[in-house]
Amino acid sequence: MIDVLQPGLLTTIQDSGRWGHQHFGVPVAGPMDRSSHRLANLLVGNRASCATLEVTLVGPQLAFGRDLLFAVTGAEFDLVLDDGRLAMNTVHAARAGQRLSFGPRRAGARAYLAVAGGFDSPPVLGSRATHVGSATGGLDGRALRTGDRLALGADVERTARPGDARQGVVRVAGPGARVRFIPGPHDDRFGPRGIATLEAGRYRITTDSNRMGYRLAGPPLEQAAAGELISCAVPTGAIQVPPSGEPILLMADHQTTGGYPRIGTVITADVPVVAQRSPSDWLEFEACTLEVALRALIAHERKLLE
Amino acid sequence: MDGWTLTRVGDAALAVEFEQRIDPAVNARALAVGAALRAARHAGVLDVVEGFCTVTVVFDPLRTDVRRVAAELETAAERQRGSVEAGGEVALPVCYGGPHGPDLEQVAAFAGCSADEVVALHSGAVYRVYMLGFLPGFAYLGSVEPRIAIPRRRSPRLRVPAGSVGIAGLQTGVYPLEAPGGWHLIGRCPVGICDLERAEPFRLRAGHRVRFEPITEAEYSLQVESEP
Repeated sequence: MIDVLQPGLLTTIQDSGRWGHQHFGVPVAGPMDRSSHRLANLLVGNRASCATLEVTLVGPQLAFGRDLLFAVTGAEFDLVLDDGRLAMNTVHAARAGQRLSFGPRRAGARAYLAVAGGFDSPPVLGSRATHVGSATGGLDGRALRTGDRLALGADVERTARPGDARQGVVRVAGPGARVRFIPGPHDDRFGPRGIATLEAGRYRITTDSNRMGYRLAGPPLEQAAAGELISCAVPTGAIQVPPSGEPILLMADHQTTGGYPRIGTVITADVPVVAQRSPSDWLEFEACTLEVALRALIAHERKLLE
Repeated sequence: MDGWTLTRVGDAALAVEFEQRIDPAVNARALAVGAALRAARHAGVLDVVEGFCTVTVVFDPLRTDVRRVAAELETAAERQRGSVEAGGEVALPVCYGGPHGPDLEQVAAFAGCSADEVVALHSGAVYRVYMLGFLPGFAYLGSVEPRIAIPRRRSPRLRVPAGSVGIAGLQTGVYPLEAPGGWHLIGRCPVGICDLERAEPFRLRAGHRVRFEPITEAEYSLQVESEP
């Protein structure tokens, strides 16, 4: 058991996502930064599918109910176990009764706390991922609250050792990020200047951004071709453009379908970089080919598994 | 009807697009292709999602590659030329108007008829479930009688109660859970549309045919109490 003394701003249970049900309108959810989530699980010796806690901007204070191993990855927070400072991206041993506090945040937006054995909660459609919008998964489909008790999975194999450390795999520093996208499927609706406008602009992440998507403010993308699109499935990373011309970047909790034109899709390797940015940060976009996207993903995977 | 194109959607999805129109035959073909792809359980495929006239396959690019998924999609699109109907007819009770359908009078004004006539038109048709999306279990049903095809509200409601029955253009649908929404609300259905705890969580599936049966406020109260 882990007791929640302070919940933080938006702390949710996330596993690798509720896949296989999008044709019923069920969003995938799961971690915003899949890479840091996986690194946290790797550090403590968990399978990739184990649930972690996703911590957003302001972290929680937790009391451990048993001896366990844990690690925190992603956004850089000052971590304190009782009175001692702890390093990020490192396996730590805690004894029953010790308190873990997330202090000030130094960089990035989202951190992942993995404990050996993973967090346990009743799976919904095969997943523990929390989707707050539909009140599904995790702890009653909501973010943690003070007084919650979190169940833990059985810590079967202890392959991790306290002190094991890794480099972070996602860049969290800086006030913004340049990310790559593959144009389409509706880039032709924005005329020959559409992609150029997107590439030349700097887009600010507005406060109207959340786990569903980031609303961006910047040079508007005007549609040359009019006419409605018929709703179809939309993926994570899609850059969809409503009539206002200011793009919305779809993230982990996005709806399964949409009808706005999509000028491009951020590549899988760069979605975690976006996840580590928060409102008032900026994003810049750079078109790339499928080959570049796949090379980036493979390089990223090597770094994760090295 | 025969044509289709393969469209790349980023590095982790591909779509087969059929003729881009809302049509039962086009949709039936998309559903048949989607069902075949799901049944094949291709390695690395995470989701197969049907739209009105598309099928999108979401995959893990580290576990399969785009050429293999493209070939799987092409094979399915070629083989499933006929339309396999999922069939199934579902009757949903609806208490129209009053507090359950706050926009019924507005729809009547839009249609230039009485509220009773709107109810008769809405409940007099059999609708096709074209696709599910927007919310878990939310079915896009078409098409309503053009006279009552009122566009979305200019400003969406922050909270639409679960079970609300709405109209948006030629589409109608039932909100499976409380959510923000911009559809004009004409009634409310007392029976659960989506319960993820059930063995069969979704009452409506793409390809189903749906009828709405008007019920009174008293019947609504009885039926809503009989649901968990």
